Amino acid sequence: MISIDNLSKQYGATTVVDCVSMDIERNSITVIVGTSGSGKSTLLRMINRLIESSSGRVLIDGSDTTAEPAHLLRRRIGYAIQGNGLFPHRTVAQNIATVPRLLGWDDTRVRARVDQLLTVFQLEPAEFAGKFPHQLSGGQQQRVGVARALAAEPAVLLMDEPFGALDPIIRAKAQDDLLEIQRRFATTIVLVTHDMDEAFRLGSRVAVMSRGRVLQYDRPAVLITRPADPFVSQMTGMADRAMRLLSLTSAGEVALPGAAGEFSIAASASLRDALSELVWRGADAAAIVDTTGTVRGHLTVAAILAHGRAV
Amino acid sequence: MAIRSARRIRIDPLGALLSVAGATALLWLPFVVFKLNRILPGDARTLVQVLPASAALACQAGLLLIALLALAVADARLRLVAALIGVVIVAAAVATAGNLLTPAGNRVVRVAPGAGFWLLLVALGLMATDALTRLRPRPAVRVLMLALFIALALAALAHGSFDHLSVMREYAINADRFARETRQHIGLALGSLGAALLVALPLGILCHRVPRLRGAVLGALNVIQTIPAIALYGILMAPLGALAAAVPLAARLGIRGIGTTPALLALFFYSLLPVVANTVAGLKRVSPAAVEAARGMGMTRWQILTGVELVLALPTIITAIRIVLVQNIGLVTVAALIGGGGLGVFVFQGIGQAAIDLVLLGAIPTVALAFSAAVLLDALVETMNRARA
Repeated sequence: MISIDNLSKQYGATTVVDCVSMDIERNSITVIVGTSGSGKSTLLRMINRLIESSSGRVLIDGSDTTAEPAHLLRRRIGYAIQGNGLFPHRTVAQNIATVPRLLGWDDTRVRARVDQLLTVFQLEPAEFAGKFPHQLSGGQQQRVGVARALAAEPAVLLMDEPFGALDPIIRAKAQDDLLEIQRRFATTIVLVTHDMDEAFRLGSRVAVMSRGRVLQYDRPAVLITRPADPFVSQMTGMADRAMRLLSLTSAGEVALPGAAGEFSIAASASLRDALSELVWRGADAAAIVDTTGTVRGHLTVAAILAHGRAV
Repeated sequence: MAIRSARRIRIDPLGALLSVAGATALLWLPFVVFKLNRILPGDARTLVQVLPASAALACQAGLLLIALLALAVADARLRLVAALIGVVIVAAAVATAGNLLTPAGNRVVRVAPGAGFWLLLVALGLMATDALTRLRPRPAVRVLMLALFIALALAALAHGSFDHLSVMREYAINADRFARETRQHIGLALGSLGAALLVALPLGILCHRVPRLRGAVLGALNVIQTIPAIALYGILMAPLGALAAAVPLAARLGIRGIGTTPALLALFFYSLLPVVANTVAGLKRVSPAAVEAARGMGMTRWQILTGVELVLALPTIITAIRIVLVQNIGLVTVAALIGGGGLGVFVFQGIGQAAIDLVLLGAIPTVALAFSAAVLLDALVETMNRARA
């Protein structure tokens, strides 16, 4: 979908992004994670040419991004940032309608899309469309920011620390919503964060960046079990890497056949949460149930522990 | 054991000050000055001396009541109404004095409002302003009150209530010139503002975009701002005169060392700093995240400037326009010295002839214009800030 090919950015003698090449899969969330100053934001902003690269190129669906004027390219790519950047003088509906208006959609189509997005983001259109950003809570502003980025149905959505300004509880909700949105619209999302937990929670693939270079780019489980670099293992956390690994798998995925146990755990719960529950109850096995309450199998402590080992 | 039953009345400090000032004005200062002609020094008359006993008594009783209210009543609405009634009483008294003191058909004697009248007017004006500050009326209400006040004053003037007062005598003599100079005054103030906006807005945007320019440009404009108006008019005289002499086309276009051109140019220069400085400040206040998001969504630089940055900076820019307009309405007065016209013509002519009435004919409308401009633009700024606060 997106091919980054030997992309570099220099400011004078300083190299901010150093010869990065990576392929981003269609219909997935790719997370770029790194400390501040690692070049992750610069790399993201070179995809929609908010920053022009010094050398190398970016291909989207095989065509070079420099083939059209930058502002036209950006209208095809969603963009959401930390602190949401909503226009304070425009209503929620006008904010969301920004790119569709730039693209010249007619009123009916714009209104229908705004209403649809507000509903998807659990903001009642009748109540919220006419409000101004300052009348919303931080979490609501962030949702409007993402809705605005998705307004023109972009195939690609770039997000620069989109949840950085949210408190932990709202952030967890926003992350769940994003996973849901990604599935619903089949968008290809590239997200930048400095938070490893966020990266593992959202990313189907994660790129770890340091000093302008991508040290490792792989599935989260591989980053934990086979870190390519000491910095990567430092980022993923040596002390609780077994627990991190468990948190990547849901109970439903590895449930054993047959019912067992005196209580039940949701199939969507991670193995980490399932283990925690078993330890807390002093039990050895629990039934796994889906959202309708139907028993889908069971899990034992031993079975869970087997998934937390470096293979 | 004593029980305090009476509620203590709090004395309003401003009310006390204004009451003392009002009493002084009423009892000891001349309410009007009666002159046998325009130039001769007149003799002072207090309110009691000029009005019939009953009218004077009613007038004093009314003002005493207002003073008591100013002292002891805290309700701002009531204080405002009282102050405005006071203004009407004082205005009616001075109009009546003019009518009574002027012998029928005599157009030579002058009845000028005296120090007592002005002091009363100032005291009542301050009381009204103080009440308005406490009431914090909405912008639309303030504009409505201004319009009402102007309409009332114009109606009284048109009706001829004040025709026997000295200032109106001067007006009657100069009516044609007054209309012309008022138009010239407003034209100079608005024209220089318009020209300054055309230059200062782009300059402010440029200073915002190129920070290195900012210091130099604002520094240079600051220096201009420190030159006294009269000096700047003088400085402009020589080069403009030389230009007119050297380039016939310039002279034919009306560019000369004296007159409208240097006046416009000087006012234009004075207008630059506030507009440039506020444009820069307003643009700086725009949230960088909003601009970044606008860019990221594919808005062009022009769309971002006109649709986001300038819209968000507008209240700050309008504030600059208010400063410039009020400042220019005052400065135009000095332009009369170099033949620029405007209401200052009457001021300087009056000073030259020692005719204080003529000075007032220039000064009072100038103050009224500046005051009205301030009220209107303040209301506009507040409305815009409220819309997005």
